[in-house]
Amino acid sequence: MSEAEASRPILALKGVSKSFGAVRALRDVSLELFGGEAHALAGENGAGKSTLVKTLAGVHRPDGGEILLDGEPVVFDGPAAAQAAGVAVIYQEPTLFPDLSVAENIFMGRQPRTGLRRIDRKAMRARTAALFQRLGVGLDPGQPARGLSIADQQLVEIAKALSRDARVLVMDEPTAALSGNEVARLFGVVEALREQGRAVLFISHRLDEIFELCQRVTTLRDGVRIAGEPVAGLTHEDLIRRMVGRDLGALYPGRQTAPGEVALKVERLTREGVFTDVSFEVRRGEIAALAGLVGAGRSEVARAVFGIDRFDAGKVTVNGARLPAASPTAAMAAGLALVPEDRRQQGLVMEMSIERNIGLTGLSSLRRGPVISRAAERARATDWALRLQLKFARLGDGVGVLSGGNQQKVVLAKWLATNPSVLIVDEPTRGIDVGTKAEVHRLLSELAGQGIAVLMISSDLPEVLGMADRVLVMHEGRLTAEIPRAAATEESVMAAATGRAA
Amino acid sequence: MAPDPIPAAPVPASAVNRGGAGRFLRWDVLVTALLIAVFLGGASTSTGFASVDNLSFALGDLGEIALIALAMTLLVVAAEVDLSVASVLGLSSALVGALWDAGMAIETIIPLVVVVGMVCGLVNGLLVTRLGLPSLAVTIGTLALYRGLAYVVLGDRAVAQFPPGYVSLAVDNVPGTPIPYPVALFALLAVVTGVVLHATGAGRALFAIGAQEEAAFFAGIRVKRVKLVLFVLSGTVAAFAGVIYTLRYGSARADNGLGIELAVIAAVLLGGVDFDGGKGTLGGVIAGVLLIGLLRNLLMLNDVATEIQSIVTGLLLIVSVLTPRLAALVRRRRRAPAV
Amino acid sequence: MSGPGVAAEAATPAARGAAGSVAAILRARELSLVAALVVLIGVTTAVNGNFLSAQGVTDILLNTSILLLLAVGQSAVVITRNIDLSVGSVVGLVAFAVGDFYAAGGGLVPGLLLGVAVGAGCGLVNGLLVSFLRVPALVVTLGTLYVIQGVDHYIAHGRQINAVDLPPSLLHLGNGAVLGVPYLPLIAVLVMFAFGHYLRSYPSGREFYAIGSSPEAARLAGVPVRRRVLTAYLISGSLAGVGGLLWLARFGTVIADSANGWELTVVSAVVVGGVAITGGVGSVYGAALGALLLTTIGGALVVLRVNPFWEQAITGALLLLAISVDRVLALRVARLLRRRNVRHGS
Repeated sequence: MSEAEASRPILALKGVSKSFGAVRALRDVSLELFGGEAHALAGENGAGKSTLVKTLAGVHRPDGGEILLDGEPVVFDGPAAAQAAGVAVIYQEPTLFPDLSVAENIFMGRQPRTGLRRIDRKAMRARTAALFQRLGVGLDPGQPARGLSIADQQLVEIAKALSRDARVLVMDEPTAALSGNEVARLFGVVEALREQGRAVLFISHRLDEIFELCQRVTTLRDGVRIAGEPVAGLTHEDLIRRMVGRDLGALYPGRQTAPGEVALKVERLTREGVFTDVSFEVRRGEIAALAGLVGAGRSEVARAVFGIDRFDAGKVTVNGARLPAASPTAAMAAGLALVPEDRRQQGLVMEMSIERNIGLTGLSSLRRGPVISRAAERARATDWALRLQLKFARLGDGVGVLSGGNQQKVVLAKWLATNPSVLIVDEPTRGIDVGTKAEVHRLLSELAGQGIAVLMISSDLPEVLGMADRVLVMHEGRLTAEIPRAAATEESVMAAATGRAA
Repeated sequence: MAPDPIPAAPVPASAVNRGGAGRFLRWDVLVTALLIAVFLGGASTSTGFASVDNLSFALGDLGEIALIALAMTLLVVAAEVDLSVASVLGLSSALVGALWDAGMAIETIIPLVVVVGMVCGLVNGLLVTRLGLPSLAVTIGTLALYRGLAYVVLGDRAVAQFPPGYVSLAVDNVPGTPIPYPVALFALLAVVTGVVLHATGAGRALFAIGAQEEAAFFAGIRVKRVKLVLFVLSGTVAAFAGVIYTLRYGSARADNGLGIELAVIAAVLLGGVDFDGGKGTLGGVIAGVLLIGLLRNLLMLNDVATEIQSIVTGLLLIVSVLTPRLAALVRRRRRAPAV
Repeated sequence: MSGPGVAAEAATPAARGAAGSVAAILRARELSLVAALVVLIGVTTAVNGNFLSAQGVTDILLNTSILLLLAVGQSAVVITRNIDLSVGSVVGLVAFAVGDFYAAGGGLVPGLLLGVAVGAGCGLVNGLLVSFLRVPALVVTLGTLYVIQGVDHYIAHGRQINAVDLPPSLLHLGNGAVLGVPYLPLIAVLVMFAFGHYLRSYPSGREFYAIGSSPEAARLAGVPVRRRVLTAYLISGSLAGVGGLLWLARFGTVIADSANGWELTVVSAVVVGGVAITGGVGSVYGAALGALLLTTIGGALVVLRVNPFWEQAITGALLLLAISVDRVLALRVARLLRRRNVRHGS
């Protein structure tokens, strides 16, 4: 589609900037969304995509630049304002009301009314049912949102956005938790919307989806717009180069592996309704990746292994010693470390300083008599900050002032300081800049080289393929494939992850 | 799951404080300054305020609140709260009265009552940690339950005439000083609490739990056990405070200490402990306790009605929580366009 | 899938089952309250037949009315995941202040308006502090509880309002009846149905639930969170004001600390009635049943000659029981839903 055809963008960003403390999430970014066009937003984790989405949604107000609606500058002073302007957003993480019914979730704030301005429950139910039919979803409109799987929650979010009948539909990784069929149906709906002249902004980590669905792509890297161009004529490699800014080879260190004895052994691990009968081993000196769709149960396995959640059946052995269920303390004592998925909630105490965060995993080893030795605490932090090349002003600063990448380094430092023999990293490079990403990869390689067993959970397929010696794939709570490095390709992993494997 | 460099939610006041707060003006320093101002103001306006006798009396009058505030500080730092403390105090007082009335020896009564306090705390703690209930709801329930049990035990009777030796322990000063025994005990426990909170691993764990419970759990801290211990501690201290209260007033009643949870929480929050947990200093709390004590004493010396004292305490409570939030709001407003 | 017999294969029946079980639990709460009431009344009547006499029933209804009003207001607040501990002191303040106003020769209607206005004013202060200044609800309302109580005592100064000072029509409202039904419970029940209907059937009413269920999602959905929370406190404060007026009308003789400590009973009634203290769940009808149950227990204790001092302990124990049962049920439902969650190829 040429610019001439769609004369004026429905919604546009012009020179938008947004900072959070020290982090400059968006710098002078422009973007134009035309009616009848599906526009992809590409970029690595932490490139600023989600910030851009939240700016369009009225959640964030830009520090600089402006938002244009039909060519006129507008100010979205809240989500309500953006919605009133015809922007519907599907967030990466579902935001549902667990206590309310699915139908109420979809129509909150815009319920169909009867003559007396009361809620017309019948109409609400019928419209929800119609939406679900259009999406091919088998959910009951009257059922509460509590307890829905992530995929179902995401489908409710999609139905919510569609019900708004918006002129602009923004979708932040809507497919991350969906199976092949569900994705196909969603794409059908998006095509139909496009034909009706709506504008679509689409974000996905799966490049294939961008090429299949979109006509135009804008690429962000470290908060800066790198390119905005038609999809036609681009190759996967072109797009990756724009996203990454360098050759992939530089991002993933090559290394020699010589796996040693088994360090972590998981046998028939089951947590009812979450994952079933999961068995695998990780050897010293190797990196095993755990791949799969969002919601497949990967993080849940890691949590159960480390003792965050209780497992119902099965056995976890670290260096030959069996771990008790549900005791992170015992897991740590056995030499296990877990760098969790959610850095800000689980990895760090955001209000605490760098040194105290690093010290938190070793409170007993920092003791001199009954009290903590501040000197020992500082020494531990200094040592690891240097080793990981942490960029900081003072170790006494709160971790909140660090960039995402440096925060992740603090989490790594905190766990490496416990001298683990098995390191589980869950989405280790989510939300961090390209430079730090490469550093983290190099570090993981080095650790494996030093004989640590690394289990890496990642949704980033290139990362899985670039780093792993073996790829374990989960699908709907079960381990469905174990693929050696040589046989691991994007196709083979995705096939197992979406349940298409034999 | 949040790849965003900053949470979508409005930045909490705590996050806004980061970095700047330390250099700017520390709340506990502010409260200490206020304390000094009140003291000087009181000394210059009320004759007899600054006398050793009066201050000694003011301190003694504060003993129970001060003791309970120590345990409450630990709880609030860990982002929990115990509203049942005044009721445990009342139950303890009622038990002391009933058992004494029944002819039991005071040497048996005191340990027994303290054990009952431990059990009260244990009930709170188990409901919070085992069932995962909010401590606010649980302790509102036990506030009613324990006070109700106090009435069941003693009805609306009052029991008096406790052995003078024990009464004098609650009332008299440490020989050669103007410091009442309970205050001396408080001073001792305050030092211990201060060391635990600010210099030990347990203290670090408390701050971590209060600031980000999930991260603390992921770091291998036994969150539930720590919280359980805190609730037991709080019940125990409150029961012991009940014994002191009973002896000090020489009267055991079921409604003893009614409502002092307010003064305790006001002192803790006034001392700069964040009600959402994870922040605060024991020094601040001590300043907060003293400030409330001096204010009450001043009001009393000036014959201000007790109802005004209640208004003042209530207002102090609100102001102590409101001020840091207002300051954070103002700071954020001012900073936002500058970036 | 290893769930028990209820586990279903296809998505839709499983979903139906889950929806059904949750609805069943909600209904079960109201049913179990009714059952508890029936048993309580049955046992008490068996011991003492006077309990169900016309006078006995009237007493219970009268005693329930004010608590019920407060419980309705409290429900609105608790559903938004907040709490209002100041209601008891508002009742006391309004009862005394308006009584004082009448004693000084004030007119009937201005007095009524004054009472509601004072209540609404207290609610406004609470609401502004909680919603716009983001001070924790517990701290705010604990603080205002004592401030309002102090103001009440300050105004009263040890005095007492007597029935002779009050307009006769007000006293008639408090003790009269229409067709044998006293006015007080009529007013309370009317208010209950009005708010019950509002919360259930109007979009803005549903937003109270949305806020309590997930404040963040409510914000993203464009719900005016602050305004609704403020409204909840205004409702609670105003109804406490009405409660104060009815208190005055019913008892005639009022000293400063009427309804002292009632905040605990109100919160207990609401929570026993199935409104989750963590917000988003419950109805004013349940809260009303909770209020009725607590009052009936109080009445039964008297009739059964149990030491009346047990009443407060029982209130506390019931509150603990209610939140514990809710929690255990919620955990079980969560586990059930989790078991059904693993999807089998779509």
